Amino acid sequence: MVGPALSEMDSEAAGLAVRLRAVSKTYDNGVTALGPLDLDVAKGDFVSLLGPSGCGKSTALRLIAGLGAPSAGTVNVPHRANKADGRHPIGFVFQEPTLMPWASVRDNVCLPLKLAHAAPAEADRRIEEALAQVGLAEFADAYPRELSGGMKMRVSLARALVTDPDILLLDEPFAALDEITRFRLNNDLLALWRKLHKTVIFVTHSVFESVYLSQRVIVLTARPGRIRGEFRIATPEPRGEEFRTSADYAGYCREVSNALAPSYSGQRSA
Amino acid sequence: MSSVQNIGRMLLPVVVLAAGLALWEFVVRVNDIQPYVLPSPTTVFQTLVSDWPVLSESLGITLLTTLEGFIAAAIGGVALGLVFNQSKWLEYSLFPYAVILQVTPVIAIAPLLLIYLPQQTAVIVCAWIVAFFPVLSNTTLGLNSVDRNLAGLFQLYGASRLQTLRYLKLPAALPFILGGLRIAGGLSLIGAVVAEIAAGTAGAGSGLAFRIAESGYRLNIPRMFAALLLLSVAGIVIYGLLALVSHLVLRRWHESALGKEN
Repeated sequence: MVGPALSEMDSEAAGLAVRLRAVSKTYDNGVTALGPLDLDVAKGDFVSLLGPSGCGKSTALRLIAGLGAPSAGTVNVPHRANKADGRHPIGFVFQEPTLMPWASVRDNVCLPLKLAHAAPAEADRRIEEALAQVGLAEFADAYPRELSGGMKMRVSLARALVTDPDILLLDEPFAALDEITRFRLNNDLLALWRKLHKTVIFVTHSVFESVYLSQRVIVLTARPGRIRGEFRIATPEPRGEEFRTSADYAGYCREVSNALAPSYSGQRSA
Repeated sequence: MSSVQNIGRMLLPVVVLAAGLALWEFVVRVNDIQPYVLPSPTTVFQTLVSDWPVLSESLGITLLTTLEGFIAAAIGGVALGLVFNQSKWLEYSLFPYAVILQVTPVIAIAPLLLIYLPQQTAVIVCAWIVAFFPVLSNTTLGLNSVDRNLAGLFQLYGASRLQTLRYLKLPAALPFILGGLRIAGGLSLIGAVVAEIAAGTAGAGSGLAFRIAESGYRLNIPRMFAALLLLSVAGIVIYGLLALVSHLVLRRWHESALGKEN
């Protein structure tokens, strides 16, 4: 058996940010939510995990983040070892904004730095930067309840970025937003990704969102989630808003939809 | 429409009170009822004024007892809640006894406490016994009501137990704790009064409840009513103050303290 340190070095050498091998997760109540799943994500890639509700895509994301251990298989995330001076290798954005209602925007964004005991001056600089990146610089002193749904999500994104993570994990972050806000946040996220060169793993159940954003779309089956198909969206970067209306885009969406359709058969109750 | 309703809501209880007092006064005067049977509202008020030196001193004593019991209950309830939250074993071991203490009527415990403890201590312990449970149970509820995703976030960023407690659990539990304190304020007054009544005239104290018992033996019924009125007002003021504190602490973020326009 290969020790975890050695295999992490292998992943690192192969330029991988994340490597899952035969990973499955069975909960205490006996439900197998995921897998077995093999997944490699290269550094700097933007990968979408697409699947029906309850297929375990959020579970996969939580395992990558280190929130819980897999029931079987190995999860390799070499970056997880990088934890110097207030940096944290993984940024996580949940389905809900998950902000602390008692804290201002600034204090919410500051949380990861505070938990890492970052120096106050350094923390302030990073908070300003993160808020500027998501376009909320002037809302630092507002409280979450004073913000719209889209703005709350931006705060959540700023909090994930504030530690300058190597990997950004997003768990259906825009699912609850209206379409126009979602499109804007999609574009902003893409712009951030181009600028910051993070590895992004994006969980969604929207075919259109996954094709628009990603370089790779991975389609999962219904529970327990396994890989049904994988698509490389080859349209070159930077893709603009016009990509949404292009024939390429429609073609990819059709392909991905066709791959996804069997995952929904026999799921009428959902 | 709504402003008329609001005025009505504030005005109606006042009208009812005035009507009730007027009827009371009327019945006492028409039937020429003696004050030692039923004093009229004006007699009660006159007694309140004339006996103010005695009554105010008693009020001060009862309020002090209530305050001490309340502080003990607040500290004890929150501290026990924190300890239970950190150690499941301690919670399993001790929580049943907290419940037993709560469900046993304090009026039945008070005489025993008065045997074993100095009277002033016994009175405070009574106030504590009645008041600490809502603080404990609300603190426990609050600490366990933390948003699951926020807890995950703290775990992700490697927060220590102390950090999780300080930055996540305590703020999340604050509205619950304040709710518990609001109940505890009124209850500690009840606990203090129960203990004073149990001590009765045999006790060395001179709180308001003691005055009520004593005045009862002396057939000084107007003073009983006056003392009762003071106790009632004290309870209302305590509740109002705690509700105000709760509002001020939570007004920036918690649903319970937000205006309706949001």
